[in-house]
Amino acid sequence: MSKKLLLDKINVPGIKTFEVYRREGGYQSVEKALKMQTGDIVEEVKKSGLRGRGGAGFPTGLKWSFLAKPEGVARYLVCNADESEPGTFKDRYLMEFIPHLLIEGMITSSFALGSNVSYIYIRGEYDWVADILQAALDEAKQNGFLGKNILGSGFDCEVYLYRGAGAYICGEETALLESLEGKRGLPRIKPPFPAVKGVWGCPTVVNNVETICAVVPIINEGGDAYAKIGVGKSTGTKLISACGNINKPGVYEIDMTISVEEFIYSDEYCGGIANGKRLKACIPGGSSVPILPANLLLKTAKGEPRLMNYESLADGGFITGSSMGSGGFIVLDEDQCVVRHTYTISRFYHHESCGQCSPCREGTGWLEKIFKKIETGKGEMKDIDLLWDVQRRIEGNTICPFGDAAAWPVAAAIRHFRDEFEWHVLNPEECLVRNFGLAHYADALEAVTS
Amino acid sequence: MSVQFSPEKLDKINELISHYPEGKHKSALIGVLHIAEEEFGWLSVNTMDYVASLLKLQPIEVYEVASFYSMFNLKPVGKYVFEVCQTGPCMLKGSDQIIDYIKQKLNIGVGETTEDGMFTLKTVECLGACGYAPMMQMGKFYKEHLTPERVDQIIEECRNNSARNN
Amino acid sequence: MPEEQEQLFTITIDGVTIEVPKGTTILNAARQIGPSVAPPAMCYYSKLEGSGGKCRTCLVEVAAGSTKDPRPMPKLVASCRTEVMDGMIVKNVTSEKAIDARHGIVEYLLINHPLDCPICDQAGECYLQDLSYNNGEVGTRYEFKRRTFVREDIGPYIQLHMTRCILCYRCLMVADQLTDSRTQGILLRGDASEISTYISKAIDNDFSGNMIDVCPVGALTDRTYRFKNRVWFLKPVDAHRDCDKCCGKVTLWNRGEEVFRVTSRKDPWGEVQIIDGKAAWICNTCRFEKKKTDDWIIDGPTKIDRHSVISTNHYVEKVIPPDPLKEVLFGREPLLLMDIQETSEVNSQDIDLSILPGPATSTTFIERDEQKEIEEADAERLAINDHKKP
Repeated sequence: MSKKLLLDKINVPGIKTFEVYRREGGYQSVEKALKMQTGDIVEEVKKSGLRGRGGAGFPTGLKWSFLAKPEGVARYLVCNADESEPGTFKDRYLMEFIPHLLIEGMITSSFALGSNVSYIYIRGEYDWVADILQAALDEAKQNGFLGKNILGSGFDCEVYLYRGAGAYICGEETALLESLEGKRGLPRIKPPFPAVKGVWGCPTVVNNVETICAVVPIINEGGDAYAKIGVGKSTGTKLISACGNINKPGVYEIDMTISVEEFIYSDEYCGGIANGKRLKACIPGGSSVPILPANLLLKTAKGEPRLMNYESLADGGFITGSSMGSGGFIVLDEDQCVVRHTYTISRFYHHESCGQCSPCREGTGWLEKIFKKIETGKGEMKDIDLLWDVQRRIEGNTICPFGDAAAWPVAAAIRHFRDEFEWHVLNPEECLVRNFGLAHYADALEAVTS
Repeated sequence: MSVQFSPEKLDKINELISHYPEGKHKSALIGVLHIAEEEFGWLSVNTMDYVASLLKLQPIEVYEVASFYSMFNLKPVGKYVFEVCQTGPCMLKGSDQIIDYIKQKLNIGVGETTEDGMFTLKTVECLGACGYAPMMQMGKFYKEHLTPERVDQIIEECRNNSARNN
Repeated sequence: MPEEQEQLFTITIDGVTIEVPKGTTILNAARQIGPSVAPPAMCYYSKLEGSGGKCRTCLVEVAAGSTKDPRPMPKLVASCRTEVMDGMIVKNVTSEKAIDARHGIVEYLLINHPLDCPICDQAGECYLQDLSYNNGEVGTRYEFKRRTFVREDIGPYIQLHMTRCILCYRCLMVADQLTDSRTQGILLRGDASEISTYISKAIDNDFSGNMIDVCPVGALTDRTYRFKNRVWFLKPVDAHRDCDKCCGKVTLWNRGEEVFRVTSRKDPWGEVQIIDGKAAWICNTCRFEKKKTDDWIIDGPTKIDRHSVISTNHYVEKVIPPDPLKEVLFGREPLLLMDIQETSEVNSQDIDLSILPGPATSTTFIERDEQKEIEEADAERLAINDHKKP
C-alpha cells in the first residue's frame, strides 16, 4: 500500500467543506508557512525534489527560485488547471473532491512567491468543478484564510478563478497567460520566460494543480521527509489517472517505487485488463508520450522490470522507452487497433493546434488526413513513410512543445507497430472490420528490441 | 435588434473586471462571453459588439477570441447540446458506437440540430473524463459511462424537463 | 550607460565572423554579413514590433551557444527572435539539419497554397516563390483537397485572397502599429485560421495600403493594379511628392509614361526603406490616387539589387548577389522542374507553328503532316459549334 499524501482524506464524508477539511488538519501549512521566511519555504520545496506534475517534470523549487523580483512590480502565481491531455483527469479529481487542498496550496505558495493576487486557470468545460472551487474559495475567505492580513500576518492574498473556454493549447504556460489576458491562446516565443515576463509583463510562476497541492504536505512534514518517499529523482507521490481497457479506471496515488506490472494487474490499482483480455499496448503518460507495446512496457530493453517513475519510464529514450508525462495511463487491450487509436490522437492535435506557426498548423492536419486514408483502407505503403517524414519535420521546429506532442505519438506508433500499419495497407477491406490483433507484442522481449 | 444584460449580470461582469489590475479589463473578456452565452444561448455579431462596447474593446478583438475557443457557439444551437468525446481513451471504450446511436436515434448528423430545435449533436475532443468513458457534456454537466440505454434515458429526461418548463 | 550600449558581441555564421551590438538577433547579424548567409524570413519584418517567430523558415542551428557556454543548442532556433551571445557559432546554409527543416517548412507552407502564380499579381515579387525555388522540393507529396476561401474586398483599394495567405500576421501588425484601429483579425484556429473582418467590413484608414507592401505573398493585393500588368514588365522609378500625411517618397511602377502602381521603397530584404531615420511608410493618397506622372517628381531609376525577375534585363548596372542555390543543394546543380521541349508536343522544336492554319489544338499534332487530319478536326469543331447554336 503506497503512502498517500494528497488523497489520504478523500473518503472522509464532507471533506469538500471548510469545516470538515479544517477539522481533519487542513490549512496547517498556511499557519506554518506564514511564520517562516519566504526563502526558507522555497528552500523546503527545493529539498523535497518535487517535480512539476503537469507533464514536463521540471523541478518546482528551481522554477520558483528563477522568479524575478524587481522592485515595485507585482508578481503572480497562476495555477494551471487547464487539464486537457487525453488520458489525464487527476486534477479534476483533486478539485472536485478535495477543493480546499488546492486552495491551501495556493495560499502557501502565493506567500512563498510574494504573490498578492493569484489565479486558478480552470478549463472551461469543468463548469461544475469551478462552482465547487468557488464555493470553497468563498468559505476560505469567510474564515480569514484569504483577503487582507491573513491570520494577522500582514500578508494579503486573493485567489481568483479564471474559466477558459475550450483550448488544449492553453495548458502550455505562455498560451495560458495570453488567455488570462483575454486574448487568443497563442504560445509566446521564449525567451523571455514567464518567471521574468509573464502575465501583463510581470514575473509569473505557472504550476500544475497537483504540484501546488503537493506543496501542502511538503510544508507540513518538511522537504526532507517528502524526498524520502519514492526513488532517485522521482520523489514523493504521483497521481496516475488510469483509463482504457482496464477493470478499475480511476485516479490512483502511488509512491514511485511500484512496477508497471503491479500497477496494471494488482487489485489495489487497475485490477488487470477488462473482460479477461490480454494487454497489447499502453501510453503511460498522456496522449503526447510514445506508446509502448506490452513487452517493452513491463520490462525495459535491458530486461529489468519497468517502474512507475520518471527515470524508469523514460529508460531507453524514445526508442524503447516513453515518459511519465502528466500521468495519464491509457491501456489498450488485444482488441484495439493502434492505427485507429493514433488516428484519433492525431485528430485531437489537428483540432487543437493554435495555428500560429506553420509546421504545426499545416503538419497536424496533414497527419490526420494520411491516418484517415490508411484507417479507411485506402492507404499505400508510401503513406507510412510519409507519416514518418511529416512528423519528423514538425518535431522540434515549432514555437511551443505542442509540435513535439503531436509528432511523438505518431513516431512511436510507427516505430513499434509498423507491421500493423502495413497490414492495413495490405488488407484494405479486412482492416475495416477487424483489427490486427496481438501479433508478437506480448511475446518475449527479443522480438522488437532491435 | 439590440441586446442588453440584466442588472444582475452587469454586476457579475463588474465583479469579474475587479479581479484584474487597473486597465487590464480585457482579461474579463472570456468570462463575459461565458455570461453572454448563458444569457443569449449563442454569440451573435450583435452580442459580441455589445460585449466589445462594455469592455471598451474593438469588435474584432472579441470576434478573434470568440472564434478561437471551441466552447463558444457562433451559430444558434438546440436547447440541449450533446457534446460527445471521440478522442483515443473514449474511442477505446466505444464512443464511436455511442455517436452512431445518437445519430440514428435523433435522426441528425454531427453538427446538426433536430427539427424541433431540442437537440444538437457535436463531437468534441478530450474533455478530461477518460476514466469514465464513453462520455459527453450536456450544458454544465458531464454524462459519463454512456450506454445506448443511458442515452435513451438522458433524451427522455431532456424531453420531460422541457415539457415541464413550458 | 553609453558604454554598455556599445558592447559588441562576436558571432560566426557559416564560417564568417562579425561583430554586432548586444541585443542584435542572429538574423540581423546574418543580414549584415550578406544575402549568401542570411536565412529567409517570411513573417519577420524588422520595422514591425513583435513580428517573427511564426513561419519557422529562418530556423538555424546553433553549434555553440557562447564562449562562456559553448554547448550546442538542442533544437534549431528561430534566428529572427534569438539574440546573439558573445562567441556564438551559427550554421545556416552549412547545416544539414537546418536545410532539412527548411525543406519541410516550405512543404508545409505549400500544401495549402494554390498553384495560381500565373494569375497572381504577386508573382515575380513573391517571397514564397523565392523560398520554394531556393528550398523547395520537386513536386508535392500532398494529395488531399486544398483549403480554399472566398475572396473578400476589404474596402475600395485592397483585396484579400485568403487562400494564398501563409498567416505571417504582418498585416495585423501594420493595422495595430500604423493605424488607429484594427478591423481585420485572425479568426478560428489551427489550419482553419483565416484573416477576416468577420462582418465584411471595409478597412478604412490612410495607412491601410501598407498591408499590401508587407504581405509576403499575394494574399493582399492592390485593387487598382489588379490584373493590369506583370511586375517584370514594369519599370520601377523612385519619385517623391509633397504629402501632408506621409513622407511622400515612393517607387512608381511605369510602363512608358503610364504609372501602373505606386509602392513604398523597398530595401534589399524586401522591407520598406528607412528614410531620414524613419520607416518610409506611405499613405493611401500617394499609393492609390496619384497615378499620373505629373503628380510626381522623378528621382531616377530604382536600384533593384535582389536577385529577382524584376531586375531581369532592366538595367546595365544591376547587382546580382551570389546565388546560394548550389551551396544549399550541397554542390548539386538545381534540377530543372520540367523540360518544356521534352514534355509538350505543341512546343516541339520540329514544328513550325506559323504554317498551321488557325489556332493549334491537341489533335493538330497527332498526324502532324497530314493536312486532312487538320481539316477533319476543323470540321468536327465546326460541327460541335453548329450543334450548340440555338
